[in-house]
Amino acid sequence: MRYIDEFRDGQLAARLAAAIRLAARTDRTYRFMEFCGGHTHAIARYGVADLLPGEVRLIHGPGCPVCVLPVGRIDMAIRLVSDAGVILCSYGDVLRVPASNGLSLLRVRARPAGNGPRGEVRMVYSAADSLAIAQQNPDRQIVFLAIGFETTTPPTAVVIREAAHLGLTNFSVLCCHVLTPSAIASILEAPEVRQWGSVPIDGFIGPAHVSTIIGTRPYEFFADEYRKPVVIAGFEPLDVMQAILMLIRQVNAGRAVVENEFARAVSREGNRKAQELVASVFELRRSFAWRGLGELPYSALRMRSRFADFDAERRFAISYQAVADHPACECGAILRGVKRPEECRIFGSACTPENPVGSCMVSPEGACAAHYSFGRFREAAVTT
Amino acid sequence: MRRLDLRDGRIDLTHGSGGRAMAQLIDELFASRLDNAFLRQGNDGAVLPFPPGRLVLATDAHVVSPLFFPGGDIGCLAVHGTINDVAVMGATPLYLTASFVIEEGFALRDLARIVDSMARAVSDAGVPVVCGDTKVVGRGQADGLYIGTTGAGVVDEGAAWSGDRAQPGDRIIVSGSIGEHGMAIMAQREGLGFVAPIVSDTAALHGLTAAMRASGAAIRVVRDPTRGGLATTLNEIARQSAVGMVIDERSLPIQPEVAAACEFLGLDPLYVANEGKLLAIVAAGDAERLLAAMRAHPLGRRAALIGSVHRDDHHFVQMTTALGGRRIVDWLTGEQLPRIC
Repeated sequence: MRYIDEFRDGQLAARLAAAIRLAARTDRTYRFMEFCGGHTHAIARYGVADLLPGEVRLIHGPGCPVCVLPVGRIDMAIRLVSDAGVILCSYGDVLRVPASNGLSLLRVRARPAGNGPRGEVRMVYSAADSLAIAQQNPDRQIVFLAIGFETTTPPTAVVIREAAHLGLTNFSVLCCHVLTPSAIASILEAPEVRQWGSVPIDGFIGPAHVSTIIGTRPYEFFADEYRKPVVIAGFEPLDVMQAILMLIRQVNAGRAVVENEFARAVSREGNRKAQELVASVFELRRSFAWRGLGELPYSALRMRSRFADFDAERRFAISYQAVADHPACECGAILRGVKRPEECRIFGSACTPENPVGSCMVSPEGACAAHYSFGRFREAAVTT
Repeated sequence: MRRLDLRDGRIDLTHGSGGRAMAQLIDELFASRLDNAFLRQGNDGAVLPFPPGRLVLATDAHVVSPLFFPGGDIGCLAVHGTINDVAVMGATPLYLTASFVIEEGFALRDLARIVDSMARAVSDAGVPVVCGDTKVVGRGQADGLYIGTTGAGVVDEGAAWSGDRAQPGDRIIVSGSIGEHGMAIMAQREGLGFVAPIVSDTAALHGLTAAMRASGAAIRVVRDPTRGGLATTLNEIARQSAVGMVIDERSLPIQPEVAAACEFLGLDPLYVANEGKLLAIVAAGDAERLLAAMRAHPLGRRAALIGSVHRDDHHFVQMTTALGGRRIVDWLTGEQLPRIC
């Protein structure tokens, strides 16, 4: 596969690994947070950690849209199905996220029909699929549960505008789109990082796809204000390794700037057209609850008033109610980089990908699922 | 009675009612195509001669959607799948049975096409369908057509291959490139138009397993990595044999178009179904001999040594990645592909 295999090449990886070993000082450690679940997945899937010297530690960040969705948001979607009888559409991973009362959208989907309104849960591959379902079912209310960071927001904006253009009265969006810079700020402001220093972060591997939309400029503030180097990196394993090398060099030189490893897709300004599209449909929410990070001001989007008809929260008059996470679940600490998956008491025992307790065990991009599926042999004693 | 209208006719509830319409459907559409001496007896069951040895039975329900796909259809798939389940036990497949659950409204033209395909597959394989059954269910109660097949075969006393026999040190061989059936179905279902269409690998493997037996190699386990792909089959064997395995990503045969389609859809070819491939675990000293025997057979030309069996109390299947790292190849979580075989 051209343009793919080159970025997974074993010989190049060995050379990069040698360069990293050469650059890394042996009298210190380098702790880099990869923000995105896409990076977490690539690191685990290709075994990148095996190629790094012991001085380099990778900390998984919160950039997995399924993981940061709080239980209360899934509960809202379930209420729309159970009480309002809508056809709720979302991506496959979302359906598996545990909600209150032992439910998930997948379990709601499997429930036999009761006496009340017959809601449905459908798995879709894109926002456009759910719009098509609305057109095919004019007598049903269709709600698209929209999740994701800046990468998935433009497609949601497109379908909302399309629905408005078509004058559809049976389509709306339960908007859970969140913003990357808010999450990074929250991690950097966390007491563990800023005051106590118990989570030393020496730099960030910055988002790949998110940055194609927002550009590299929004990260400049973090580099300046918090003195943390940021290297925007692609999602292929060699991208990640190259970014690690660039971060080590910055740290060694005492620099803290934004560098762009993913120049083949990301510019400083990002995708202006997509940004304008998003701005035309969405506005900032005053506050939004994130799993693990809590209520973060101006960290998420909702529909502008001219698209209020397509806002499921307004159409069905439902509101978010906070629900406590499972008491033993450490997803919150794991999402902030404070704990590693294997430090959670229920990791791999009560909480597995088949029966996830916390959201980090659901998506293949989640820190726990990635570690469980690809890396847990590291803790196991293996005789060969 | 007028003959069945195979051009425009459709299955209706009378075809399942036990009356003349049903008898006509069986005679004109099924029996005529799958004809053989046992079926011709017209009994509820078949009375069959059987050679000395142990009886091997395998059964499989086929619910593929779409029913027709590049490289095959549910008809030949139902024959190959069950023959392969018998063959990978080390047995010689002898007989098949087939049952059909047909949805009201199903086009007779499509049904005839599918039974024709089954007939070709059983004739090529030399394994007759000796008895069968049809049921018709109401519209909406099935997705077109389901086919259940059962296969019977014979294996010499003590010669059966079994999933609990892998031992540390053994080598792992795959008979050819992986992921083709699953991606052929997926590409068709998603309406993906690739320049080179991916064709299902559906095939009967009893010729290949016979050649493997004849090689004299100390074969421990043979299995066909269908639903859940290579990764699932390796995990099943690791658990059954209470061993670990390490495979090498670079040695896995994968066609470029399959790799590209998987990349495009975000799938891992290790978890994608095959219908004409098998996985063999063999004593290390016999690996080369077995590999040579497999490569000499048309269905094993691209056979490759992909890894080895290790002692591991966790029964992990691990992979050395092309990048040079190590990772687990875990059991599949959730559903990678719905309904493909």
